[in-house]
Amino acid sequence: MGTYLASIAIHEILLLFMPPLLLGVINKTKAVFAGRTGPPLLQPYYDLARLFRKGSVFSSTTTWVFRAAPAIGLASGLLAAQFVPLGRHPAPVSFEGDLFLFVYLFGLARFFTATAALDTGSAFEGMGAAREVSFGSLAEPALILGLLVLARLSGSLSLGPMLHDPWSAGWLTRGASLVLVAASWAIVLLAENCRIPFDDPNTHLELTMIHEVMVLDHSGPAFGVILYGASVKLFVLGALLLHLLFPFGQLDPGLDWIGFVAGMVFLAISVGVVESITARLRLSRVPQLLVTASVLSAFGMLLVVR
Amino acid sequence: MSALLVVIAAALSAVSGLPPLLARKHSRGADLFSAALLVTGSLVGLAAVGTAVAGVGGPPLRLEWHLPGALLEIAVDGLSALFLLPLFVISGLGAVYATSYWPPLRHPRTAPLLRLFYGVTTSAIAIVFVARNSILFLMAWEVMALGAFLMVLTEGRRRDVRQAGWIYITATHTGTLALFALFAIVASLNEGSFHLGLLRAGLASSPAGMAVFWLALFGFGLKAGIMPMHIWLPGAHAATPSHVSALMSGVLIKTGIYGLVRILSLFPDPPLLWGGVLLAFGAVSGVLGVAYALGQHDLKKLLAYHSIENIGIITMGLGLWLGGRSLGEPVWAVLGLAGGLLHVVNHAFFKALLFLGAGSVIHATGTREMDRMGGLLGRLPRTSSTFLVGAVAICGLPPLNGFVSEFLIYLGLLRPATSPGPVAIGAAGAAAALALIGGLALSCFVKAFGTVFLGTPRDPATFRAHEASAMTLPLLILSGLCVFVGLFPFATAPLLNRACLGAGLPADVSRAAPLATLSLVQIAIAAVLLGVSWLLARRLRDDVARRQPLPTWDCGYAAGTSRMQYTSSSFASWSVDLFRWALSPREEKPRFPHPFPAKGHYESHVPDAVLDRILVPAFRRGGWLLSRARVIQRGQMQLYLLYVVIILLVLLWRV
Repeated sequence: MGTYLASIAIHEILLLFMPPLLLGVINKTKAVFAGRTGPPLLQPYYDLARLFRKGSVFSSTTTWVFRAAPAIGLASGLLAAQFVPLGRHPAPVSFEGDLFLFVYLFGLARFFTATAALDTGSAFEGMGAAREVSFGSLAEPALILGLLVLARLSGSLSLGPMLHDPWSAGWLTRGASLVLVAASWAIVLLAENCRIPFDDPNTHLELTMIHEVMVLDHSGPAFGVILYGASVKLFVLGALLLHLLFPFGQLDPGLDWIGFVAGMVFLAISVGVVESITARLRLSRVPQLLVTASVLSAFGMLLVVR
Repeated sequence: MSALLVVIAAALSAVSGLPPLLARKHSRGADLFSAALLVTGSLVGLAAVGTAVAGVGGPPLRLEWHLPGALLEIAVDGLSALFLLPLFVISGLGAVYATSYWPPLRHPRTAPLLRLFYGVTTSAIAIVFVARNSILFLMAWEVMALGAFLMVLTEGRRRDVRQAGWIYITATHTGTLALFALFAIVASLNEGSFHLGLLRAGLASSPAGMAVFWLALFGFGLKAGIMPMHIWLPGAHAATPSHVSALMSGVLIKTGIYGLVRILSLFPDPPLLWGGVLLAFGAVSGVLGVAYALGQHDLKKLLAYHSIENIGIITMGLGLWLGGRSLGEPVWAVLGLAGGLLHVVNHAFFKALLFLGAGSVIHATGTREMDRMGGLLGRLPRTSSTFLVGAVAICGLPPLNGFVSEFLIYLGLLRPATSPGPVAIGAAGAAAALALIGGLALSCFVKAFGTVFLGTPRDPATFRAHEASAMTLPLLILSGLCVFVGLFPFATAPLLNRACLGAGLPADVSRAAPLATLSLVQIAIAAVLLGVSWLLARRLRDDVARRQPLPTWDCGYAAGTSRMQYTSSSFASWSVDLFRWALSPREEKPRFPHPFPAKGHYESHVPDAVLDRILVPAFRRGGWLLSRARVIQRGQMQLYLLYVVIILLVLLWRV
């Protein structure tokens, strides 16, 4: 019981404090690739602290929907994280079918983020919202199909046991479908977190951007909540993907936490590398890549049905 | 007792339309009295539902009547109770809503008739749900169809309304034709009795059993709006007054689902094919229904296509139920049936909420075109927040009721997907389809809520009225129901268990799915969402209080106008493009041949492909062929007498 409570406490502490670090790592990696020194690793924390101290400006078009959306987005991310085990430790909440709740909580966040964008009455933000919801609807089947593959492999109906060491039953029998699901989820991770090649978190160039444009009108603490919420989303989806990428099996609990943190940092570095060495896709290619993600997961499913 | 209560409720509803018809013109008192009668009928009906679910409903009502075949039998089992619940909730609330939405003062010609047809249709639907004799069922079915037809024609002076009415009446009678054949076969399988009782095993896979299945899918599918039998649905729902649309979408189309469940549950051993076919039809209806919805810019047509989508989700649940029964997997069957049936109730709640909300919007703006609305949130505060509840619920998002029923179906699909054998492929495909439906529905309702209520008014001239309390009260009650089912899903377990039992499936839903845990989690989610929102709101309070009238920043573009906002069509263009192969949208693009272009004009429509590309040409061709048969219609009395003589001779010779 004691170790269980301790692991829940560590889970929550990591969840609350680690996500902005991932953004820092990604930015640092990109800076290194570009030959710059780049902002300090902890810059996202400074940014958040600064934003929380600031006042905010609201356009007269906006309503309570616009002000509620950032909070709902962040809360959904934090809630979804309760179902995902970090490393080999149990998830705080686990019940039969929680994977659907996990996926739909991200839907809830998307609903309100996009709605808030429309609340500004600006063509820019409408554009971003339209793209976000259209691409999001294609990412959802990929995520669900991948989860079904894992459910089938583990014989479990809830997220925690399903993700617990999927590699343990042998590389040769399951490796192919796990690799396919991992590839599919990597695409989903990049798309859902608006990373290159889908989106560019750094520009406001309207021809290609999706997520950044939706939050153009937010300022001050609300914008801080949005930034923080985005990093939580990256953290949660990253933790999900990490289970497929690190076939380490059971370690000593303390060592496993260190392994998890190192894995997440490695994942952030990989995202930074991908962002540095690829170009943004033409926008009309994005749906194709997302459908590809679903197809990869579907192939993964076909391979495990005998 | 339940049976008697339902009969009383049906009688009260049926006579509720008389006072306005008999009273002086534009009598508000008679109109309120009529609404009160209908509400009383609804309360009596809800009492019947309560007694039936509590298990104290008593024996069925059996009467001798002079029609051959079977007794007149009226019984309220769990299945009937489940379908009666939304009927009585929505008809009562709709009646209250109508007193201020379609008052006799403003519509002196149509309002009294509308009250009459509304009451009669409600009463006929109630009888459909409790009739255990197929002749009584068909009689009530026809009254219901005609009542709805007359309500569709409320604004029959408009051409599009008349057209929608004709399509509806043609479709529903085609369906009834299939039902005649269906009940004749069922009666022949049942030793000539018109009593709807369990059939013996082994009949399902016989040619007669197969015919019953396909006829049920066609006949009941036409009523329910399963694609591609949905052709009448969008037009008819858009053409009627909104409280009637709520009744039609929330309850009337569910009679098709009820019929499917009732008839298919008569067979103790359905073949696997049935489940597979329903799953496939459900997935197609769901995905294409929501894709069509995305293409609409008429608010009520959009909602109507969403009914097709939700009927698709329900049908998937039914497919899972049949599949589970054929494979001897009771848990799959329970999850599928319970999920589908709970979605029947949930969809009734949130769709009625959305249609009534849309009615208030149309009442306030005088248009159904979303692209002329915008910025209504401040002007219709209660309508908009309840519409938002309905929108979140219909997308199946936690913590509201839509998620609960989709969760049951997902869980039901997850089990076959994790069990050995090729059945897993079908289940995984269905789960992926459900995920896609969820995502697309989300885009569609972001679009609907965003273009109607948010941003700035696109056409300031459209706003003309404020919300009335008789119209907001039903909205508040319905959104309360959506929240209640979302937060306390275990409370639906007795209803669902009894409904499954009524369909011949002993069930314990709380054991098949972790409803109590789900309830806790949903409450926790609601608490966290509210908590974080409250914290942020507190932090922003001062800034909001000090806010100055500033425009949207818009990357510094200072001259933004409301016409530059994203419209519903532009919002959906990405998704419509993805489904271009199925939707074949019609576009009218401006051409700019010169460097200094003149005014351009862009239009896009997504007409119904099945209706416009298949049925209308087919009917035209068929009409031409049949016109050849006019040769025998000469209009001369002697000829007709000759025909009569010939027919008589033939009959005498044959018999």
